[in-house]
Amino acid sequence: MNLAVKDIRHNLGRFVLTTIGVGMLLMIVMGMGGIYRGITEDATLLIDKLDADLWVVQRGTRGPFAEVSRLPTNLADRVATVPGVTQTRRFVFHTVQRQHNGKPLRVAVLGLDWPTDRGEWLPLVAGRPLAQNHFEMVADRTLGLALGDRVPLGKETYTVVGLTSGMIDSGGNGLGFFTAADAQTIQFDLTGEAVRLERAARVGRVDRIDLGRTQPPLLERAEGETAAIPALAPPAISAVLVRVQPGTDPRTVAAAISGWADVSVHTQDEERQLMLSGPVEKAKLQIGLFRVLLTLISAIIMALILYTLTLDKLHDIALLKLIGAPNRVILGMILQQALLLGAMGFGIAYLLGQWLFPRFPRRVILMQDDLIQLAVIVLVISVLSSVLGIWKAMRVEPNEALS
Amino acid sequence: MTSTTAADTPAIEVRGLTKIYGSGNTEVVAMRDVTLTVNRGEVVALLGPSGSGKSTLLTAVGLINPPTAGQIAIGGQPVMDGPRDLVNLRTFRREHIGFIFQKSNLIPFLTARENVQIALELNGETSRAGRKRALELLDYLGVADRADHYPAMLSGGQQQRVAVARALANRPQVILADEPTAALDSQRGRQVMELFRKVAHEQGGGVIVVTHDQRSLDVFDTIYEMEDGRVARATTKVQASPHGERVSNAEPSTARQT
Repeated sequence: MNLAVKDIRHNLGRFVLTTIGVGMLLMIVMGMGGIYRGITEDATLLIDKLDADLWVVQRGTRGPFAEVSRLPTNLADRVATVPGVTQTRRFVFHTVQRQHNGKPLRVAVLGLDWPTDRGEWLPLVAGRPLAQNHFEMVADRTLGLALGDRVPLGKETYTVVGLTSGMIDSGGNGLGFFTAADAQTIQFDLTGEAVRLERAARVGRVDRIDLGRTQPPLLERAEGETAAIPALAPPAISAVLVRVQPGTDPRTVAAAISGWADVSVHTQDEERQLMLSGPVEKAKLQIGLFRVLLTLISAIIMALILYTLTLDKLHDIALLKLIGAPNRVILGMILQQALLLGAMGFGIAYLLGQWLFPRFPRRVILMQDDLIQLAVIVLVISVLSSVLGIWKAMRVEPNEALS
Repeated sequence: MTSTTAADTPAIEVRGLTKIYGSGNTEVVAMRDVTLTVNRGEVVALLGPSGSGKSTLLTAVGLINPPTAGQIAIGGQPVMDGPRDLVNLRTFRREHIGFIFQKSNLIPFLTARENVQIALELNGETSRAGRKRALELLDYLGVADRADHYPAMLSGGQQQRVAVARALANRPQVILADEPTAALDSQRGRQVMELFRKVAHEQGGGVIVVTHDQRSLDVFDTIYEMEDGRVARATTKVQASPHGERVSNAEPSTARQT
């Protein structure tokens, strides 16, 4: 006769409610693990999808994700001349927040190096990649945009021609893919008044130096468009992505480019590590610690639940001892209930999580290894938390049945 | 083992049993130098006011409250020598002693049948055999129709009969009952007492009943009256008397019917 099952059957309502409670608690533990994993995966998603062998960034920076990196646009051409390089792509990345249809629209803007890169590699769920140099965008579904939507950004309006799924940055913002030129236009967009003020300031600066006084045409140009002044640099890019020829060691090419005084070079793995140890490290650490805390709290709560369940049965346990039940029968009853509570709680946590987590604003990734790890933790918690109840049960004297 | 169950040995034999709680200024003597014998087939009663030591004696004989001094033998086998165990108490209780209490003390999460069956299974019966015997016992006690009911769904009398069935399940040499009829009406109380007699005679065991119920005293072979932890008086039924006549003796050790 299985006393644990008989007791549960008799107090089914209480056991079910307790199990649901434990299950929800474990779901939160599971969810925190999933969020932790989601942050890690999201952080490296873009780096993995872009699949560049090398990332060339501003000298001395850990860009373009960990910190700001600014490079001249023509750097891509210079890198392309290095032996072993088969392809270079300009990479522009920044985040903007605008209003769209009366709601905030936060877009992680990513510039693709048209026409080399039209976004064919993107995981499209609808529409097509970019087909022209300007005014088109591919948006991630998390942005809430639909095919054909027209999104004003700066002075231009961009049409959504494709939709991706699961393409978000380390902050959880949906990615919008534009040509690098459009991405720069969005990044460096200024209002008319700001342009006028900058031109006036430029005239002032030129007017104060000898060159301005000796070269009157410079003053005239200073009042015009920025692009008309050859001495001023065009808008910057964030990085240059490099693919090396098959069979070439990326580190050899990186060593060659690293010799230049104006750039730093990171391999794909280094870039991934920079991301994980930079922008997302504290979030990872915080969630990781919170997960540990939640696990400990779950263990304490489960121990208290099992202890209380045992306390409720002390008279029955004394009675069992009185009629000669050996300790293993009593121990087995408590331990089996603990394991059932843990196992069913875990099952409920998993089922609830499967339903609830996809509704979260950020990705919650339940990986098999993490689930197995949590299952083992729950098993250990179940056994350990039943120790308190078993200890109490073992101390009960049979004559307490008579009290 | 054969020698311990021989028909000529008493079912219960208690010698100089003493129980002292606490020590020094807080010392309380709950039972002092109690000696009594319950022969096979005999049903004895323990009477006395609260605090007279009845329950202490009962729990000591039931091997759940070790005495401070004295010896206990059950079925001829010494089981306690002072506070020292001479056998595995829990196993011995399971195999040789049946308990019945004032409150039925059934396990609430087991049905009536399961409450009886658990005692059998703990003693090594298979589930199927235990189930069969449990149903037989419940039928014998007239509660077979309530076999699948939980204790909370049974009346006090029905619960008590299930408790009796559990106590009888392993055919114990000794039945210890603490006010078993308190929750029963007089008719049911009488039936339970008669049942004890029947079991004692059929199984050749001994029964000790703590009772305040004056209505069924005639059922008992010997009545021990306790005061201040001692057996003050023992009254033995004279078997030859057609009216259940009794002989009182202030010296209990000599009042035993032989």
